[in-house]
Amino acid sequence: MTDCFIYDAVRTPRGKGRKKDGALADAPPLRMAKTVLEAIPERSHFADSEIEDVIFGCVEPVGEQGANVGRMAALIAGYDDCVPGVQLNRFCSSGLEAVNIAAAKVKAGDVELAVGGGLESMSRIAMGAAGGAWSTDPELAFGTSFVPQGIGADLIATKHGYSRNDVDAFAVESQRRAAAAWEAGHFEGSIVPVKDGVGVMMLDRDEHMRPGTTLEELGALKPSFEMMGRNFGFDAVAVQKHPEVEAIEHVHHAGNSSGIVDGAAAVLVGSKGAGERLGLKPRARVVRSATVGSEPCIMLTGPAPASKKALSRAGMNASDIDLWEINEAFSSVCLLFMEEMGIGHEVTNVNGGAIAFGHPLGATGAMLLGTMLDELERRDLSTGLVTLCVGAGMGTATIIERV
Amino acid sequence: MTIIDYRVEDDVAILTWDQPGQPMNVLSGPSLAELDAAIERAVADDAVKGIILTSGKPGVFVAGGDLEQIESLGSGPIDAADLLRRTSAVLDQLRRMETCGKPVVAALNGVTLGGGYEVALACHRRILVNQRHAKVGLPEAGLGLMPGAGGTQRLPRLVGVQTALGLIMQGKQLGPDEALKKGLVDELVDPDALISAAKAWIAADGDATQPWDRKGFEVPGGGADSVTFAQTLMGSNAMTHANTFGNIPAQEAILQSVYEGLGLPMGRAGKVETRQFIRVLQDPVARSMLRTLFFSLQECQKGARRPAEVPAFDVKKVGILGAGLMGQGIAHVSAKVGIDVVLLDRDLASATRGKEQVRKTLQRRLDKGRTTADRVEGILGRIVPSDSYADLEGCDLVVEAVFEDRGIKATVTRDADARLGDEAVLASNTSGLPITELARASSRPANFIGLHFFSPVERMPIVEIVVGEETSDTTLAKAWDYILKIKKAGIVVADGPGFYTSRVFGTFISEGNHLLVEGVNPALIENAAKLAGMPMPPLGISDQVGLGTMHKAAKQAEKDAEAAGKPWKPSPAQAIIASLIHDHDRWGAHPPPDPDGTPRKPGGFYDYDDGGKKLWPELQLAMRTWIEEDAAQPDAEVVKRRYLFTQCLEAVRCFEEGVITNVRDGDVGVIMAVGFPAFTGGPFTYIDNYGIKEFIRDAEALAAKYGPRFTPPPLLHHMSTHHRTFYGVTPPP
Repeated sequence: MTDCFIYDAVRTPRGKGRKKDGALADAPPLRMAKTVLEAIPERSHFADSEIEDVIFGCVEPVGEQGANVGRMAALIAGYDDCVPGVQLNRFCSSGLEAVNIAAAKVKAGDVELAVGGGLESMSRIAMGAAGGAWSTDPELAFGTSFVPQGIGADLIATKHGYSRNDVDAFAVESQRRAAAAWEAGHFEGSIVPVKDGVGVMMLDRDEHMRPGTTLEELGALKPSFEMMGRNFGFDAVAVQKHPEVEAIEHVHHAGNSSGIVDGAAAVLVGSKGAGERLGLKPRARVVRSATVGSEPCIMLTGPAPASKKALSRAGMNASDIDLWEINEAFSSVCLLFMEEMGIGHEVTNVNGGAIAFGHPLGATGAMLLGTMLDELERRDLSTGLVTLCVGAGMGTATIIERV
Repeated sequence: MTIIDYRVEDDVAILTWDQPGQPMNVLSGPSLAELDAAIERAVADDAVKGIILTSGKPGVFVAGGDLEQIESLGSGPIDAADLLRRTSAVLDQLRRMETCGKPVVAALNGVTLGGGYEVALACHRRILVNQRHAKVGLPEAGLGLMPGAGGTQRLPRLVGVQTALGLIMQGKQLGPDEALKKGLVDELVDPDALISAAKAWIAADGDATQPWDRKGFEVPGGGADSVTFAQTLMGSNAMTHANTFGNIPAQEAILQSVYEGLGLPMGRAGKVETRQFIRVLQDPVARSMLRTLFFSLQECQKGARRPAEVPAFDVKKVGILGAGLMGQGIAHVSAKVGIDVVLLDRDLASATRGKEQVRKTLQRRLDKGRTTADRVEGILGRIVPSDSYADLEGCDLVVEAVFEDRGIKATVTRDADARLGDEAVLASNTSGLPITELARASSRPANFIGLHFFSPVERMPIVEIVVGEETSDTTLAKAWDYILKIKKAGIVVADGPGFYTSRVFGTFISEGNHLLVEGVNPALIENAAKLAGMPMPPLGISDQVGLGTMHKAAKQAEKDAEAAGKPWKPSPAQAIIASLIHDHDRWGAHPPPDPDGTPRKPGGFYDYDDGGKKLWPELQLAMRTWIEEDAAQPDAEVVKRRYLFTQCLEAVRCFEEGVITNVRDGDVGVIMAVGFPAFTGGPFTYIDNYGIKEFIRDAEALAAKYGPRFTPPPLLHHMSTHHRTFYGVTPPP
């Protein structure tokens, strides 16, 4: 098996996922994809025809980001006709899964150089736009005890005793770290500003952040899933599946859950040979990745089993990992992950996460990988693990190591 | 045999459905075959412009499908392919009717339910008589069934998915006004204008195309591709799952049928429904519910176990001893059917207070528009409060409903007995004291019987009829006549501590206590009970009953043991309840006031506040003397099985001991009286469906792990050996 190296990782800044004021909402999603795909060959000075596949994650692949947005992205970026594209959907870990699959192709020797990444315009294509059978097909909904993922996040908090204060405190720290990281310029090397069709800047900085958020401010917010859980039967369904819980404590709200934003990311991976031939400098090695399924009703407990599987396959332990990124879908997911892995917040999401930046569903995984890589280099550390909880009960994890 | 009469009038073929020798029309193979022939005849007749389908039964169009046909499927396996073929034929036929090219009007002269309404849905217009008793709807879900003749496809296309699901899943029957408002019928007319209105529509409009066969048709409120449909299903799935605990397959099947069929052309949609219909029939739940909640319950409502040779006895005047909660309820239901009631208590004020409580209950019904002021006054006018036993003279039946104390019961029995004639029945509403013993206070023990009512009497549909050793058949028959007159169902049980239903129910509460003492998480104790299908969980019930009441029972047991010179030690559960009361001042959901009259805060196993209730978080810690610490937590499936098995085993013991003599009574009794899960069809049906051998095997496994209360009684082994089941002989494998 060939080693796979990461040669570059870029991302757009994340725009608010709202049509009325999101900075990226007045251009089609492909504008973001074009931005990151153009940057890849440009930054490393090689011909785009060298790229053998564009694998793009997208969670609501309908409308203007539907019908194989991977190929559309390659075409709109002006890549050579010979560069194919594909879209995949692993829900929230799509962006990371796209990189993992690109890396797997490289390791297998099927390709020498590929781009993995993803995009999501949550302002223009609303969450849930792709429909799906999970909540609607009675056989599936009953059989798996479907509840919306916010209820799953609240169930995690209830089961593991995370109080409202615990989840809010985690969110405050995320905001603080995110603001500090921007202040210190930690992201400058990887953010590609998005410009409109006539070359005018649309966005060059994450715009969802709320620096200076306090515990008191968050404490005043109403739980988001309480009404839905109590009035539409979802709490009852979740308790039936987890009967050791008496009642769900609703602790999550907009301030301690990931934000709704627009964004895209691309990661260039390839073999050692391709790098040498094109004069690219390998920044890290993709050590191992894993995706697992987990109980779908609580839904969001996949990261730890996925991480443990990846570590085990790599012959590593948690103590071998220098830095961790767990997607901040909801505070409780991160608290549970740290508890299950036996790791502290000081080595986890050191520059904040999706609670501050937002979570452009199909892109986030690739974004986290880039953030991780930058931070390992900045701190001159070696190993990092990136993981995300995934809808319908899954988790994806990827371990990288600097070279 | 002619079921459907055919005649032509004013260029219209009038098909009159009139099943000979039957009180009502039901949808059946022969009736459909005739309907088919009549439609073809009308189609072929060029002189016929349109078709009217009506009924010759006064006040009834078609009352539904043939339930006996479904029950006759028994509990064995079903040939799905054969049933699919037969049911598809019905659907094809209704499809042929709605596409025959001539307008078909359903002239609905009254009750139009189930299969009857499905036939009406396949007509081009529905005209209903505007009479109070004319009911329209698809009530199948109420019996754990689902519509199977196109109802889940046509109704959503007619009135929209949300409305249709609400009606079908709750099995709602609508009166004329609501049926018109919701769109289930197109027009209301006076009975004598029914046929002329149908003719007029054929003449004036007579569109022979169903809305769903028109070009550009859209389902009202959104079709299969709409966001509203997805949202409706998401919500309905969750709510249904929440409410049924996944125990009622028909509820899921109805949703599945609508989900899969809505986007299809009608010609194909029917088959989707049929698959689900068969799925429901294949599952034992529907047939079990149908057996117990329809056929067996009907027997209990008609007095099938009443000694037949005793002539009918009309109870015109009833005396009730004790104007407490039970006395009030019995007075209410008696006066409601025109029986004169003497409501007797130790003083007139108490008796009058009892009557006033009945007034309050009736007032609430009046406020909700469920009764009229005239009826309320009529009922109250028949209840005479009294403190004099002399007023009991002339009573046909007296119900004793005083405090559960042998001494007091004996006194009031003697005093009442002295005023009654030789024909009168004296009944005790005791919930557990032996009837034979109570009868000794009467001079006519043969006339003495137990009538165990359940609270609230107005709402609980069943009475346990307790036959004492000396109770005569005549008395039993008279008691039956009384409870049938007050519109209750009855089951007959033999005398013995706790009779039948309370014994079975007691094992459920007791199992909850066992689990608590074993250190099982209280939330799991409660949730698993609900998952098993019990309407209330055990700790919650203890709080409702009152921990003081439960403690009193333990004290009585202690007293009895002392009197018998036996050593007595409280069980851990009894000790926990005593400690809750004495050490923590927790008396349950409705605590009695302090001795000095200060009201106590509600609280027992649960804390209570305006927002509802929550398990007392300190429970396990505070009771750690009696509760195992750090116990391994069982799977919810095991806890569910323990709840169901412990009750089933007690029911079997009752049957073995002759406390009940009929398994239909046994199944109906615990479902209707004490909330045994209806979806099982009752404990005996449950065991039959489980398989006697398999039940024995799993009971023995539970016995090995949790104690001899799970040991299968000899009867089960005997049945297993002889390949017998409670409802028949097991076919050889």
